[in-house]
Amino acid sequence: MASDLGLWSVPLAMIAGAIRVSTPFIFVSVGECLTERSGRINLGLEGTMVMGAMSGYGAALISGSPWLGVLVAALVGLMFGALHAVICQLPKVNDVATGIGLMLFGTGLAFFLGKPLIQPKAPNLGAIDLGWWSSIPQVRQALQVNYLFVIGIVLAFGMAWALKNTRWGLIVRLAGESVDAALAIGASVARTRLIATSIGGAFAGVGGAFLSLYYPGSWSEGLSSGQGLMAVALVIFARWDPIRCLWASLLFGAAGAISPALQSVGVTQGYYLFSAAPYVLTLALMIATCSPERSLKGAPGELGAVK
Amino acid sequence: MIDKFNIGRRGLLGGAAAGAMTLGLGGTANAQKPLVLGFIYVGPRDDYGYNQAHAEAAAVLKKMAGVKVVEEEKVPETVAVEKSMESMINLDGATLIFPTSFGYFDPHMLKEAAKFPKIEFRHCGGLWAQGKHPMNTGSYFGYIDEAQYLSGIVAGSVSKSGKLGFIAAKPIPQVLRNINAFTLGAQSVNPKITTQVIFTGDWSLPVKEAEATNSMIAQGVDVVTCHVDSPKVVVETAERAGIFTCGYHCNQAKLAPKGYLTGAEWNWERVYVDMVESMKAGKAPGNFVRGGLKEGYVRTSAYGPAVPAAAKEKADAAKTAILNGSLAIYKGALKDNKGNTVIPAGTSYVITEPKLEGMNYLVEGVVGSTS
Repeated sequence: MASDLGLWSVPLAMIAGAIRVSTPFIFVSVGECLTERSGRINLGLEGTMVMGAMSGYGAALISGSPWLGVLVAALVGLMFGALHAVICQLPKVNDVATGIGLMLFGTGLAFFLGKPLIQPKAPNLGAIDLGWWSSIPQVRQALQVNYLFVIGIVLAFGMAWALKNTRWGLIVRLAGESVDAALAIGASVARTRLIATSIGGAFAGVGGAFLSLYYPGSWSEGLSSGQGLMAVALVIFARWDPIRCLWASLLFGAAGAISPALQSVGVTQGYYLFSAAPYVLTLALMIATCSPERSLKGAPGELGAVK
Repeated sequence: MIDKFNIGRRGLLGGAAAGAMTLGLGGTANAQKPLVLGFIYVGPRDDYGYNQAHAEAAAVLKKMAGVKVVEEEKVPETVAVEKSMESMINLDGATLIFPTSFGYFDPHMLKEAAKFPKIEFRHCGGLWAQGKHPMNTGSYFGYIDEAQYLSGIVAGSVSKSGKLGFIAAKPIPQVLRNINAFTLGAQSVNPKITTQVIFTGDWSLPVKEAEATNSMIAQGVDVVTCHVDSPKVVVETAERAGIFTCGYHCNQAKLAPKGYLTGAEWNWERVYVDMVESMKAGKAPGNFVRGGLKEGYVRTSAYGPAVPAAAKEKADAAKTAILNGSLAIYKGALKDNKGNTVIPAGTSYVITEPKLEGMNYLVEGVVGSTS
């Protein structure tokens, strides 16, 4: 069934892992990137993601269509994002505290409503077989690409372009950099942030739907296990740039595949250490890219966390 | 005070006759009061895994006359479980508590047992020792490695690549016993077979479990099994990739109608019904309860459609031999995968051998490491 690739299968497995595991990170971090560029931080995306995973799975189960599930997950995410935005617009509300509150609320609600969804099996989102040209089964397996992965990449580039080149992107950046400047050109900061936070929530919902509808592909309470939180951290790591968010997500997915890949080729010592690889990598890159002069470069000026 | 009040009310609710008995005879009508059992699970009751195996047995107890079951799920292995036990005892009147997860035993259950000396506590998997632990506590467990051995025979017969996969959470003795028994079973039909082990690091990590299954498939593994809390992700991922699976904890055949071969299942019902019967008879349940295939504490899933007749025959023959005691799973000369002899030639261990409960090695033919 398999040809013997020896140690070559490790980098291959990392690429495969990057393709399989990174999609939720891409969606959540690109969405959060938009939210933070508008000057708001949403730490509740972990909860939004779990809600998206649960509602998407439920909708796919009832309707029989996984894409309808993705749509429902996006809508639920949109509502959670809007809720966060509306609460944060109230006077004297701290967006970090609200985010943590919504994270706990989202996960709790999803676990409660998701009880009857643990057992049944919902239809799965399909994959595009991009490895048809290869005769090596490992390569073919690695290149099973899900549509959402492709959409995520397109969204990251689209977002980067839109932030830079459109009037709408300018308003988002103004709302994030300087409220005064945004008011000066007559843009509504509150409305901009409401829209940006809602869209960010919708992205996180889709990221959750990927977890429950494609990989690993079923609803369970341990499904996300902190991926939403990591994705929020990735945004800072990626210096609020959607394209760098994409690279960071891919890197994170690849690092997560190291431990099982090494164990499966027989490098079995120290797997706890390899399991920590993604976090070690994040720390190492953070240290490597940080310097006292340009720390937190690119951070939106109005962002609560860095003010 | 609250305690008495509640039981009285429950008695009344139990029906007119029972109510009359409670009122009329007061404290002497002990046998007529329902026996309240408290079940505590670490995860969701319907996880297709460890917790479901217990919950299915609890559901059987609910149907018994004069028995009332209270359950709480997703209770972490922290002081939270002490609160759960106290509320079951004080508010629901539970007199027999089953904290089913490994980490509940020490210190949480032992603490509560000291606080409530009249309540019986029986823990799943904990190492209870006479003299060391109070007499109102105890532990029960099943020798599920016997069923894993049979799964190994089926897996070894079906595998074409000669590579089996085992996705495990942590290298603790119970897990290592399963990995080794599964491998030894497979080697009994094909001595050259190897089992690839991947440790994920925790009991429930769906993305890692899927990732581990996929990297095994990439290595040419064609039968996988696992020891994690919920085998659902592993079984589904394997089914999607068109390879075979052996289940664990309970029956996952529904998740993989094509590739499910067989599986090692718990049958806790047997343990619990015995314990409830002895409680009803006014006796304390056993303190150290162990059993395997013979006692009916573990069983195997019905064979799936992919299992050839020859494999069924071999597995059935081994099952008969285990039942009549003529087959020992762990016997010398047995080497671990580092080349050390772990069981000398001529020695054979019965399944109850205490040395096996401290297993810290992987047998020859297992690709993996315990650290």
